[in-house]
Amino acid sequence: MAKSENGNGQARRGAESFDLKIGLAEMLKGGVIMDVTDVDQAKIAEDAGACAVMALERVPADIRRDGGVARMSAVDMIEGIQRSVSIPVMAKVRIGHIAEARVLEALGVDFIDESEVLTPADDEHHIDKHGFKSPFVCGARNLGEALRRIGEGAAMIRTKGEAGSGNIVEAVRHLRSVCGEIRALQALRPEELMAQAKHLQAPYELVRLVHANGCLPVPNFAAGGIATPADASLCRELGAEAIFVGSGIFKSEDPSARARAIVRANTHWDNPAEVVASCRGLASAMEGIEMSTLAESERLANRGW
Amino acid sequence: MSQAVAAEGTRVGVLAIQGAVDKHFAMLERLGVRGVRVLGKEDLAGLRGLIIPGGESTTISKGLDRLGLFEPIRAFARAGGRILGTCAGAILLARECENHPVPTLELLDVRAVRNAYGTQVDSFVAQADPGAAANLEGMGCVFIRAPQIADPGPEVEVLLRVDGLPVLVRQGRILASTFHPELADDPRLHALMLGL
Repeated sequence: MAKSENGNGQARRGAESFDLKIGLAEMLKGGVIMDVTDVDQAKIAEDAGACAVMALERVPADIRRDGGVARMSAVDMIEGIQRSVSIPVMAKVRIGHIAEARVLEALGVDFIDESEVLTPADDEHHIDKHGFKSPFVCGARNLGEALRRIGEGAAMIRTKGEAGSGNIVEAVRHLRSVCGEIRALQALRPEELMAQAKHLQAPYELVRLVHANGCLPVPNFAAGGIATPADASLCRELGAEAIFVGSGIFKSEDPSARARAIVRANTHWDNPAEVVASCRGLASAMEGIEMSTLAESERLANRGW
Repeated sequence: MSQAVAAEGTRVGVLAIQGAVDKHFAMLERLGVRGVRVLGKEDLAGLRGLIIPGGESTTISKGLDRLGLFEPIRAFARAGGRILGTCAGAILLARECENHPVPTLELLDVRAVRNAYGTQVDSFVAQADPGAAANLEGMGCVFIRAPQIADPGPEVEVLLRVDGLPVLVRQGRILASTFHPELADDPRLHALMLGL
């Protein structure tokens, strides 16, 4: 590929490759990415207007219920979904599992989610994502975590929320952290940025970029606990550029209708009349979990650093 | 490059169902043109042009159907409105598409082949072949899960090629690129659309 514009070798090609990864993230903006566990669900998601699907073996609510080790999905299942839909197919790898990521890249998966929803393979190191042609998305709870992942090569950030909870409170907390810390960073003077980088435990150059631009250098999506059209609208209001919906759709009473409703509310997130229209006639949402009933050790968002 | 492309107060719409809407707004701003989100037929009134952005063509096609926008956009084109479709936007302008077909606007006499280069790992950047038309020499082209344009009809003019294949075509005031001019630092294609 890449007839490089000025032909000055590796550095230029590296930048080009990162731009291509961010480019796909740009194309997913304003959309809804839905967790699916088989071909039928993938078709329901596509038909409802999802801009991508996330192929995984169990939705987070079931992972939480069943316990055990959650791993990358079966290759046959991912390939089946790739054959059945035209929209991008994403899939998850365990944090730090370089080999699972290589498998997904070889499968031609469009986006790799290095995800806290699966059981971590490495409790110290995330994957060096620069070394892959496939783009990566990673979860984050705050600005420092987001910038560490971007430093490692993530081309998209999704705030973590609390996957499988059906409770939006953690998604809101994490979105407010990331966006609030960006606003606070912008108020600093240039000589204060190094100390802030130290405080955030984030790469200095990325801190400078955020200070200059007032946004992350990659698209910022929301995930974890979105269960209703109004939840989608809330995440967009708080600064998310698109949303991931996991258990919220296929753990609800009428997944197809709920998927369509969330897509509609997400497109028209700042128009209450449209959000109202999207809610009409909807069957029940998934049951949620009140956060105080979840022990710290059961919280998926605490995985990764 | 900074030719006067439009009169003051000119507004251009960007179809905002899903996709790279912001990047097109940024390009329009560079050209001194106000961008407006288009989500209903009333938003089309008074626009000099409409951009159908990159994104997922399935998602955008379904949105056009739900919003009842297929006919209003066709009427906008018939009334002389300029339309630029990029990537998914090009697919939606085509008379037909293959590889998971979706309903299209049928405003451009070409066949679009979706995801013709493969998945995201096959996305690439390339420079347009020499011999570009319309002052677009040396345009850098970003292809992301890109379609290809096949069987252009007699009224379709090929403005740019990459590796011999058409990547930018024009039919009257309809422009369609299979690449993403909004992702490159080069507003020439947006300027061309405004000047048609």
